[in-house]
Amino acid sequence: AGGPGCVVCYWLLGDTQEKEGILPERAEEAKLKAKYPSLGQKPGGSDFLMKRLQKGQKYFDSGDYNMAKAKMKNKQLPSAGPDKNLVTGDHIPTPQDLPQRKSSLVTSKLAGGQVE
Amino acid sequence: MFLKFSPRAMFYGAGGGNDIQWCFSQVKGAVDDDVAEADIISTVEFNHSGELLATGDKGGRVVIFQQEQENKIQSHSRGEYNVYSTFQSHEPEFDYLKSLEIEEKINKIRWLPQKNAAQFLLSTNDKTIKLWKISERDKRPEGYNLKEEDGRFRDPTTVTTLRVPVFRPMDLMVEASPRRIFANAHTYHINSISINSDYETYLSADDLRINLWHLEITDRSFNIVDIKPANMEELTEVITAAEFHPNSCNTFVYSSSKGTIRLCDMRASALCDRHSKLFEEPEDPSNRSFFSEIISSISDVKFSHSGRYMMTRDYLSVKIWDLNMENRPVETYQVHEYLRSKLCSLYENDCIFDKFECCWNGSDSVVMTGSYNNFFRMFDRNTKRDITLEASRENNKPRTVLKPRKVCASGKRKKDEISVDSLDFNKKILHTAWHPKENIIAVATTNNLYIFQDKVN
Repeated sequence: AGGPGCVVCYWLLGDTQEKEGILPERAEEAKLKAKYPSLGQKPGGSDFLMKRLQKGQKYFDSGDYNMAKAKMKNKQLPSAGPDKNLVTGDHIPTPQDLPQRKSSLVTSKLAGGQVE
Repeated sequence: MFLKFSPRAMFYGAGGGNDIQWCFSQVKGAVDDDVAEADIISTVEFNHSGELLATGDKGGRVVIFQQEQENKIQSHSRGEYNVYSTFQSHEPEFDYLKSLEIEEKINKIRWLPQKNAAQFLLSTNDKTIKLWKISERDKRPEGYNLKEEDGRFRDPTTVTTLRVPVFRPMDLMVEASPRRIFANAHTYHINSISINSDYETYLSADDLRINLWHLEITDRSFNIVDIKPANMEELTEVITAAEFHPNSCNTFVYSSSKGTIRLCDMRASALCDRHSKLFEEPEDPSNRSFFSEIISSISDVKFSHSGRYMMTRDYLSVKIWDLNMENRPVETYQVHEYLRSKLCSLYENDCIFDKFECCWNGSDSVVMTGSYNNFFRMFDRNTKRDITLEASRENNKPRTVLKPRKVCASGKRKKDEISVDSLDFNKKILHTAWHPKENIIAVATTNNLYIFQDKVN
């Protein structure tokens, strides 16, 4: 109920609010940021790509491992954090961190069993 | 602004005309719920005639099924697919220099067109591509002079007469042997292989590079695309899929994690870093969110059989592009739009990174792709109708028409509908294949292979 200026202002505000309501993606983004406030500013950027490129790397260097054990003496070795795949500075993988390799030289179940 | 088709029309299969009624035909694999990792199916591919169907799994094994010859008496259905050959294609390796574990999982299988009695296919894991020859043996030589039938050598002094060995029939044996091993050409993980229409060369693509090989030569390959930045800190996108054009042997496309597709012409230069065409749908910047780039990442790109169109699959949709129009797709189909309001949890459980594939039918009139809860979707480009079907052992009576499924996004759930929150996100259909000529489809759930056919009256 004012001059044209007020109407425009209201319309702009309304539009943004409407947009966040309409856009489920934005609502989801807000949810995510609420859960993980430290999540990178760059949306879906390099972190994912680096992780993808590094897939499969598992470093285990017995020299590093033994030296670290010697230094630590009674203390526990720093174990893998929740993100085992990311190669970070202090973490030295231990034999327990590495998953067991399973040989798969067994016939596929698709090739055996009942044909329905 | 864009042409967006989101057909809501339900297709119940009772309609006349060209509507296809899909029926269960067969299911392969173990029934138990406890799935061994090795049994996870990682690729499915029909050969050029459709007679053979190959699957690859996480354990590095390939299983090939062959369609039995049509039974003239029993004309209710087309021939069934039975196991033809199975072999260990790749084995786990460890790169000691880089402390890198190399998975034996088969990422892709591509068939060569048949030139003689034997069949050839390319199979690849993350690092190594292999050319396999699959041949039949139904005769064996008998009557050697110096050898007994069991292989033991005869004492030459006991040989008093000579005879000519003859070939005698034996039970059919199908042998697979590796004929070429194309190794050590990829620093990053191979996501695609594609055989050129010249049937002499093929390409292999990893996250940052694409190489061109000759099928006869294993110690050399040409690098034709390299998007690795000088400084890895500047890395913004990776190659997600690549394919040769079905007819033009100089043309190929590759898709990226940013939702773009580049078409390259190998005649332009040796290194195709500069694209001939760039296909990208403009995004409304006000719609951008944290998830935008992730869900725009293209997980599969496939040319139509005609070569005039290409299809891309991103997390929520399938897009059809006309090669003559770069600025937007000509058709867009929503696969599971109801997931847009679940992106937060899909990011947390990593499902947002699932790589779904897509495929065309033989006449390029229908496209198919997978979803969650063992659902898969088909979009008819002509009628603009779509259907959701389920790969489940509950429907496994042959010739029973599959019942369409519907997901209820919100609000009141109708009977027979399933709500978004009840979907099982561990049951993903990532790999599907369509017979090149018939209405026969192969759909892979986690560890089972389903074969469906259209109803033959």
